[in-house]
Amino acid sequence: MTVDALTVEYWTRKGKIRAVEDMSFSLEKAETLGVVGESGSGKSTLGLSLIGLVPFPGRITKGKIILKDKEVLKLRKDDLRNLRGKEICYVFQDPMTSLNPVKKIGAHFVELIRTHEPQVTKQEALKRAKKLLKDVGIQPERLNDYPHQLSGGMRQRVMIGLAIALNPSIVVADEPTTALDVIVQAKILDLLNALRDAYGMALILITHDLSIVLQRSDRIMVMYAGHMVEYAPSIEIYSNPKHPYTQGLLKSIPNIELADQKLEAISGSPPDLLDLPKGCRFWPRCYCAFERCRMEAPPLITTGTEHFTRCFLYEEGRKA
Amino acid sequence: MTLRTYIISRILLTIPMIFILLTTVFLILRVLPGDPVLLHFEKMENPAAMAAMRAQLGLDKPLWAQYFDYVVGIFRGDLGKSMQDYSPVAQQIFSAFPATLELAICSMIIAVLLGVFLGVESSKAYNKPKDQVIRVFGIVTYAIPVFFLGMILQLIFGVGLHWLPVGGRISPTMEPTGLNIGNLHFSTGLFTIDSLLEGNIYKFVLTLKYLLLPSLTLGLVLCGIFIRLTRSNMLETLRLDFVTAAKARGLKESTVTYSYALRNAFLPVLTMMGLQFAMLLAGAVLTETTFSWPGLGRYLVDRINFRDYTAIQGTVVVFGIFVSIVSLAIDLLYAYLDPRIRL
Amino acid sequence: MLSHLLPGLASLAKRGLAGWLVIFGGILVSVVVVMTIVSPWIAPHDPSAINVGQPLSPPSSQFPFGTDDVGRDMLSRIISGGGIMLQVAILSVIVCLMIGVPLGLFSSHTGGVIDRFVSLIMDSVYAFPGLILAIAIALVLGRGVINMALSIAVVYVPSYFRVIRSQVLSIKEMPYVEAANAAGARKRTVLSRYILPNVVPSIAVVATVNFADAILTAAGLTFIGMGVPVNVPDWGWDLTNGRRLLPSGAWWVITFPGVMIILLALGFTLMGEGLSELLSPRLEQ
Repeated sequence: MTVDALTVEYWTRKGKIRAVEDMSFSLEKAETLGVVGESGSGKSTLGLSLIGLVPFPGRITKGKIILKDKEVLKLRKDDLRNLRGKEICYVFQDPMTSLNPVKKIGAHFVELIRTHEPQVTKQEALKRAKKLLKDVGIQPERLNDYPHQLSGGMRQRVMIGLAIALNPSIVVADEPTTALDVIVQAKILDLLNALRDAYGMALILITHDLSIVLQRSDRIMVMYAGHMVEYAPSIEIYSNPKHPYTQGLLKSIPNIELADQKLEAISGSPPDLLDLPKGCRFWPRCYCAFERCRMEAPPLITTGTEHFTRCFLYEEGRKA
Repeated sequence: MTLRTYIISRILLTIPMIFILLTTVFLILRVLPGDPVLLHFEKMENPAAMAAMRAQLGLDKPLWAQYFDYVVGIFRGDLGKSMQDYSPVAQQIFSAFPATLELAICSMIIAVLLGVFLGVESSKAYNKPKDQVIRVFGIVTYAIPVFFLGMILQLIFGVGLHWLPVGGRISPTMEPTGLNIGNLHFSTGLFTIDSLLEGNIYKFVLTLKYLLLPSLTLGLVLCGIFIRLTRSNMLETLRLDFVTAAKARGLKESTVTYSYALRNAFLPVLTMMGLQFAMLLAGAVLTETTFSWPGLGRYLVDRINFRDYTAIQGTVVVFGIFVSIVSLAIDLLYAYLDPRIRL
Repeated sequence: MLSHLLPGLASLAKRGLAGWLVIFGGILVSVVVVMTIVSPWIAPHDPSAINVGQPLSPPSSQFPFGTDDVGRDMLSRIISGGGIMLQVAILSVIVCLMIGVPLGLFSSHTGGVIDRFVSLIMDSVYAFPGLILAIAIALVLGRGVINMALSIAVVYVPSYFRVIRSQVLSIKEMPYVEAANAAGARKRTVLSRYILPNVVPSIAVVATVNFADAILTAAGLTFIGMGVPVNVPDWGWDLTNGRRLLPSGAWWVITFPGVMIILLALGFTLMGEGLSELLSPRLEQ
């Protein structure tokens, strides 16, 4: 999949909010991409825009999304709907509220499978559902339960099961573990990776927690206030972070091995998207902002093989 | 609380409410006017006739005795005697009741179907012109006096276009007789069902023709509330995560709207049906009068014109009990259906 | 007074659709009220005079709204016909306010058994079909403007009671009321200074809806023969009278009075809608 100059705006009564601006990246087969950012950075909007479900009053105003040679945004409504659940699947953040409370788990699967493959019989669908539940680590008897009878972790597994049911090429997981406790978090993330290996699909992990994606993803994209500020393979991000924001994020991850670590938070708070600062969106919180940053917004600059940073520090001919 | 506790307590609550109802009606219609017989004769003094009537109706006994007779009578199904011919009020009410029941059910069905459908459409087109039009429609229909709407429909479809009958419930001699097998005879009093039981399609269609305008009138006036309720519930539900999640799985829009959002928004509609029932009956009185529909409402207006106070008392009591029972039934149904209360 | 009115209107207009609803509804109502008041001067004919024109003649340039079965000019009857309804509505709202508001305040503030008991009675009345109850009371009281207003008032007192009670109960929990009570303020003071002002907006909403309902109920009572037995022009009366004339196709006798009733009820309803949205703004995206 390729995304090119994607821009998503929310047209509210108070003004236009640019939640996502000028995003370009690509996703290879069976690759895991980590998208990291604070709340309000636009990462969820980005995820939703990939399947065309940006909530009202948002709309995609610019850009292209190309999946398997098809331009997603130009598709007819029905074609787009067919893509969802089949080619691109979404796992939502809050498992408590993402399942239909009056439908049994099994019914969720049957409905999904039969919507996209109408020729499949109910029994067939149920058989497949049982296998999927096994794959995600839930006992097949649970098919007959209602969502509220399952714990949060189990519900999230169900959501993942629904996401991989039709063998999609891409799975987008939006903060799949934020609503869960720490132990379950690790299990779910491992599950996602295992499934990725087993099914050969690409995975986009959206999270605010950099530590989660450092180990588990191939490439990482760091977002801030709607902009992609750094995009590189995760090893690079870990060993050679270029953007001041990324550096700040790394510094704020507690490291169990360091005895006397001082946790450093990034001062300030994310900007109000209705009232963005002129120039680089990060400069009010940047420890090394200079005159240029206040005036102009930096473009994405190549700072290494497959390593892109949006910061004037790395402009051609500048000494970092 | 568990379902069983709820059912029991709800039923228990109905009993004092019915008692209050009975007592209030008694106070208003028997005690307040002082002497209903006098009112009946409209102050035209005729002592002999009045005394005779009082004796016949048991109105010469002391007040507390009358109250006692009244309450006991109701439990035995005796609602007093008509001032017109001393025939039992209960019987007259009983024969007029099915017509009102049929009208009420049909009107409620129309109101709910129309209201919910328009409400759903309205919520899907949030803030677009379609939404505004539907909302305005809902508000305006509520402001229309139901009998005025009835008369307009009569004018257009009855007098103007001659498509539908202007009044009455069925043409004479065409009354459906219900199920007749040998010695077994069963009828519900609801012509729609009875004509089907009888197997007579012609009578069925005829019944519907007569039923259409009155129930449409009443249904239109009531649908506004359902439009608004459904719309606001749908707007809330459509925002919920599991709806977006369903869309993300690529489910068809009709599935998402009806199977997901509406299912969860439906229970409040049910409650509202119960609450609106009282309004329905009030509207039925006017509708029946407009369309000469031989139901309890028209009976009431009839008796009013005749100044038949005992009959009026009985009718009002029946209306009240009817509303209490329906409201109880709806509450119980709601408790049964809401899976959250059950578990 | 006008100097206060205009800025008030301007601020309403700024509040978007809800504000416009209030304004529009208010205009509708005001037009009707004013029309009724000045009717003696602007009606082209005496609304009660018979045989002014050919009986049952359809709308024409001479009689824009046609004539009824005894030759009365419908236009004049329309202009003058709102009086009774407005009187009944205003009276019933006043009575409701005078009874329902204090009752609601008192009952919820006192709490305990009294509150439960009064609430039970109010709930019973509220659950009862309104028109039928009004009929019963009107039967007992007799006909006439005041009696009709009283009958309608009894039916709607529970609405005020419930709204006030729920408001009071929620306000009672608020810290500033607790503080006042702790400081030893008298019950009366707490009620009038703290609770009442916060309850007023909801009362306004209920009152506007009450107006609309009162008009419709008054029309209904007239329709079944329990109207005011005076020979003044009345839209409700025209509707009832026009019913007999339906088979002859004389649509104008009922259409115009009906439309007027709708406009008046609609005016109040719109005001109520607008007010309720202004006071409890819906979730805006």
